[in-house]
Amino acid sequence: MNVSVLVPALATATTSATPLLLAAMGETVTERAGVLNLGIEGMMLVGAVCAFAIDSASGSQILGIAAGAFGGAALSVVFALLTLTLAANQVASGLAVAIFGAGLSSLLGAGFVGRSVVPLAHLHIFLLSDIPVLGPLLLRQDLLVYASVAITAGTWWVLGRTRTGMVLRAVGENDQSAYALGYNVIRIRYLAVLFGGAMSGLAGAYLSLAATPMWMEGLTAGRGWIALVLVVFGAWRPWRVLIGAYLFGGISVLQLYLQGAGLVAIPSQILAMIPYLATIIVLTAISAGGARRLAAPACLGKPFRATT
Amino acid sequence: MPGKTVPGNNLISVPILSRRALLAAPGALAFSPARATPKLKIAFIYTGPVADGGYTYQHDLARQAIQHHFGGAVETHFVENVGEGQECERVLRQLAGDGADMVFSTSFSFMNAVTRVAKLYPEVKFEQATGYKTAPNVAEYNLRFYEGRAVCGTLAGLLSKTGIAGYVAAYPIPEVVMGINAFTLAARAQNPHFRVRVVWISSWIDPGREADAANSLIDQGADILTDHMDSAAVMQTAQARGVQAFGQSADRSAVGPTAQLTAIIDNWAPYCIARVQSVLDGSWRPGSVWLGMKQGGVELAPYGPAVTPPARAAADRIKTGIIDGSVHPFAGPIIDQSGRLRVAAGQTMTDDDILKMDFFVQGA
Repeated sequence: MNVSVLVPALATATTSATPLLLAAMGETVTERAGVLNLGIEGMMLVGAVCAFAIDSASGSQILGIAAGAFGGAALSVVFALLTLTLAANQVASGLAVAIFGAGLSSLLGAGFVGRSVVPLAHLHIFLLSDIPVLGPLLLRQDLLVYASVAITAGTWWVLGRTRTGMVLRAVGENDQSAYALGYNVIRIRYLAVLFGGAMSGLAGAYLSLAATPMWMEGLTAGRGWIALVLVVFGAWRPWRVLIGAYLFGGISVLQLYLQGAGLVAIPSQILAMIPYLATIIVLTAISAGGARRLAAPACLGKPFRATT
Repeated sequence: MPGKTVPGNNLISVPILSRRALLAAPGALAFSPARATPKLKIAFIYTGPVADGGYTYQHDLARQAIQHHFGGAVETHFVENVGEGQECERVLRQLAGDGADMVFSTSFSFMNAVTRVAKLYPEVKFEQATGYKTAPNVAEYNLRFYEGRAVCGTLAGLLSKTGIAGYVAAYPIPEVVMGINAFTLAARAQNPHFRVRVVWISSWIDPGREADAANSLIDQGADILTDHMDSAAVMQTAQARGVQAFGQSADRSAVGPTAQLTAIIDNWAPYCIARVQSVLDGSWRPGSVWLGMKQGGVELAPYGPAVTPPARAAADRIKTGIIDGSVHPFAGPIIDQSGRLRVAAGQTMTDDDILKMDFFVQGA
C-alpha cells in the first residue's frame, strides 16, 4: 500500500466515523442528563428510513435530513414516555425501542427497497479544495460531516461552559438536589432524550443519504451499539467521543485498505474487537479508582420520582 | 446467498403472511377446504424479507412462476423472515398440519429443522435449497453460481485497463471461495497478469462497509468490482465513482445503469416448476441436484453499455462452452496461492472437491 492511497483512505474514514459521531454525541447528552437510552440502533433505523422516504418523495435533501432527525426524535418520545413519565426500567425500555425501531423501519421502508437517491453533495471551493492532502480531507466533505464536528464543539461548549449545561449535568449527577433547587428534572431529561433521538436520526440520515444513498432493512448494521460503546470510551466528554469515533472509523477503514493491498497483519476479527476491548480497558481504569473524574453520571439509568 | 442468516431477521416480519401473524392466529394459514379437484398446496419459507431485491426475492419469483404456470391447480403461500432452529420447526409443523402438500425451504439454516419435521409428516414433500441432507420425502437443490462467475471473470480480464479487479466478499466459506476462484481463473485466462483483490466484510449485509470496501478497492487501482454480498452498495459505489461492476443474485442495472457489465441472476423457477409437475404426476422422487446455466438455473443479465463487442463474443463463448460442457470453470491446471498444483492439466475438479474448496488460486 503506497502513501498516495492514504489520503482517500482518510477521507473514507470520515464517512465511516460521521454516523458514529452523530449518534454518540446525542447519547452523550442524554446520558449526562442521567438517562441511559439503549435504543440508538432503532432510532437510527427510523431516522434513516424517514430521511430516505422524504428525500425521494420531495427531492429535497434538506427536508430529508430534517425528516431523519424528526423520525429519530419521534421514536425517542416513546422511550421518554416509558422511562420518564411512567418511570419504567431504562434498560428494558431502551432495548424495546431498539427492536421496535428495527421492525417499524422495515415496515415503513418496504416500498423503498432497491431505489436510490442523489447522494449528498460534497463541498467544493474553487482552488482551495484542490490543495493536495488538506483539500480532499478538510474541504471536500459533505454538509453532515461539517455539521457533526460543529455539533461536537457546540455540545462541548454548552455542557461545560453554560448555565444550561450545568443544570443538565446537575440533573444527571444528583436529580433530587436539582429538583430541590427548583429544576424540572423530568422536563430537562425529556429535552436531553429528544436531542439524543434527533442526533441518532441524523446519524441514520447520514447512512441512507450520504454513505450509501439507499434504503434496506438493517441498514445501520449495529452502528447504534458501537455509538453506545463510544460514549463510555469517551468518558462522556464530547471531544473524547469524537476521537473515539474517528479512531474506530479509521481502524475499520484502514483494515479494508490493508486487505485490498494483500497486507493482513492482524486478522479482521481482532480489529473488529478493538473498540470493545478499548472500552473494557477504559471502564476498568475508571473503576480501579485511578480516574474518578471520568466516572459515569451518578444518576445514569436511575428512574426519577419526585419526593414530596 | 444460500445458507445465510439475515441479521435482524428475528425482529421483523412484515406483510402478507408474517411469521408473527401465523403464530398469533393458528389457522391463519388454513388452506381453503377441499373442492371437487383439490388444489396442490405449496408453501415457501424464506430466511429474509421478500423485499430484499436479491436472494429471497429470487426465490419468491419461483413461487410466483409456479402459481402462474399451474394457475388454479395449485395454491401457493409463503412465510418470510423465518428464524432458524425452533422457530423454523414450529412454522414447518404448522404448515404441514394445515395441509401443505409440498414445502420449499429456501435456506441452508433450515435444513436440520426440515429433516426433523419431515419424519413426522411423511406424506408432505420437502424441497431443501442449498443443503446436503436428503430423506425419503426430502429432496435437495442448489445452483452453480460459480458458472456465472466464470463469465464475469472473462469480461473483467478483457475489459479492465488496470488489470485489477476488487472483490467484496462476506465470509471465507466454500460457496464464496469457489466464486472468487472461478472469477480469478477466468480473468487470468484472458490476462495472465490479472489480479483480484479480495476484501472480507464478515457480514452478509452491511451497506456502509460494503461501500467503504468498494471505495478502498477503487483507490487501490481496481477498475472492475464484483461482490458476494446482499446489498447493492458495491454497484452503487461503482456507478458513483465511474468504474464497472457485476450484479449479484439479481439484475442491479437500476442502481448501476452504466456501471453494470452483467449480473448473475439466480433462477430457481425451472426446477421448482418441474418438481411441482412431478408431484402432480405422482412421479416425485427425492434427489440432490446442482443446476447451472445449462438448466437455466443461473442466468446472466443483458450486457451493459461498457461491454465491447470482442468482450461480448468471448463471454458468449464461455457461456456456450459451459452450457455444452466444453468449458469447465475449474479445469486444470489450477495452481493455488502458495504455488502448489491443485488440479493437473487435462483434469477438472469434481463436484465434491468444488463444494469443499478451501484454497485460493494464484492471482487472488
